[in-house]
Amino acid sequence: MNGIHDMGGMHGFGEVTHEENEPVFHESWEGRVMGIRRSLVKHKIFEPYNFRFTVESLSPSEYLNSSYYERHLRAAENGAIAKGFITKEEMDERMEFFRQNPDALPERREDPKESEQIQKITFMLEPLHRDTGATPGFNVGDVVRARNINPQGHTRLPRYIRGKTGIVVKYYGNHDFPDIDMNGNKSEPQPIYSVQFDAEELWGATAEVNQLLFIDMWEGYIEPA
Amino acid sequence: MSIEEHHHHDESYAELRTKALESLLVEKGLIASNAIDDVVRTYEQDIGPMNGAKVVVKAWTDPEYKKRLLEEGTSAIEEVGFTGAQGAQIVVLENTDDIHNMVVCTLCSCYPWPVLGLPPSWYKSEAYRSRAVVEPRAVLKDFGLELDPAVNVRVWDSNSEIRYMVLPQRPAGTDGMTEEELIEIVGRDSMIGVAVVESPTSVR
Repeated sequence: MNGIHDMGGMHGFGEVTHEENEPVFHESWEGRVMGIRRSLVKHKIFEPYNFRFTVESLSPSEYLNSSYYERHLRAAENGAIAKGFITKEEMDERMEFFRQNPDALPERREDPKESEQIQKITFMLEPLHRDTGATPGFNVGDVVRARNINPQGHTRLPRYIRGKTGIVVKYYGNHDFPDIDMNGNKSEPQPIYSVQFDAEELWGATAEVNQLLFIDMWEGYIEPA
Repeated sequence: MSIEEHHHHDESYAELRTKALESLLVEKGLIASNAIDDVVRTYEQDIGPMNGAKVVVKAWTDPEYKKRLLEEGTSAIEEVGFTGAQGAQIVVLENTDDIHNMVVCTLCSCYPWPVLGLPPSWYKSEAYRSRAVVEPRAVLKDFGLELDPAVNVRVWDSNSEIRYMVLPQRPAGTDGMTEEELIEIVGRDSMIGVAVVESPTSVR
């Protein structure tokens, strides 16, 4: 979707500020959100879409006003509601309870086996290559143009690349195609390439000197130029 | 409640929301509290930039390993013991006198977790995500790094499931250092490509 998350090349966000000795989690709730999100993987709460599309679907104002973990929290909550695991009313009531009882903590449920399964996800190496037999339609060195597509669903083709011409520099194999349409439909895995773009091609005369941009392009994102 | 009414964005509000969600999901038997504790502990203690630093130092001290690392990052990193979520395929980019690589994820905040841990706030910021692709040299200046115009700046927008990590240059004057000492000087930012590794003598 042409959403606020697609930020490459936007102006107005100011300087990059750098925090020395930053902790992994600034607040303990951030770590809980991380753990909840990972625990929810097996319940497939974001299907037929995915976690990223759930985050991207937050309203632009909510997206910009939320921190990384706030977005994840909202996505987990919205996913759990969409799947019918919890209701909005239950959330409101439970929040009211914790508001009235600031020292109360969520009750605990211990399950060593579940933790073991989740630790497996944390350390598991899951290869991306899919043996579909699909042969790559482009060769290293080919000049290609990124397609001008504007899907409403999930895509990994950012706006600043669309319509621009670059060179295929590497073929990585066949990966799952990430795009998901508004009905939750996906396509078969596709060849994926590293494609190099000149900064001037992307940004015109205002480009900085001596810069290249590399981005991963699935076969469906590019056409011969 | 409307979004606007919800939207106080103080820590306590997010904390309240998180408590409510965790409490409901536990009550329904969908999640286990100890599993969440373990995820938190793992990312706080076991998975972080010290992993990547070990990979970098091995590449600095073992030319054969460096060759493998640049050709097949994922398996070379697995040799050192690091695998996992957000690291299904890791491509390692070598910085040289002439080429400076830096990594961004404009659409999200994709980052090679098994070697660098969870991303720092600046990497997730709108400022970095928007600017790194269009004015990388200006962004590097925010980090105090000014590159010669002759250096080719290569920005990698991490839009797929492939993750990128930078192999920074080994600084001069570090020949006598042990591997343990070298690991200490390899900072997280140098492996994202927004800093270089300074030799310890030039730091102070």
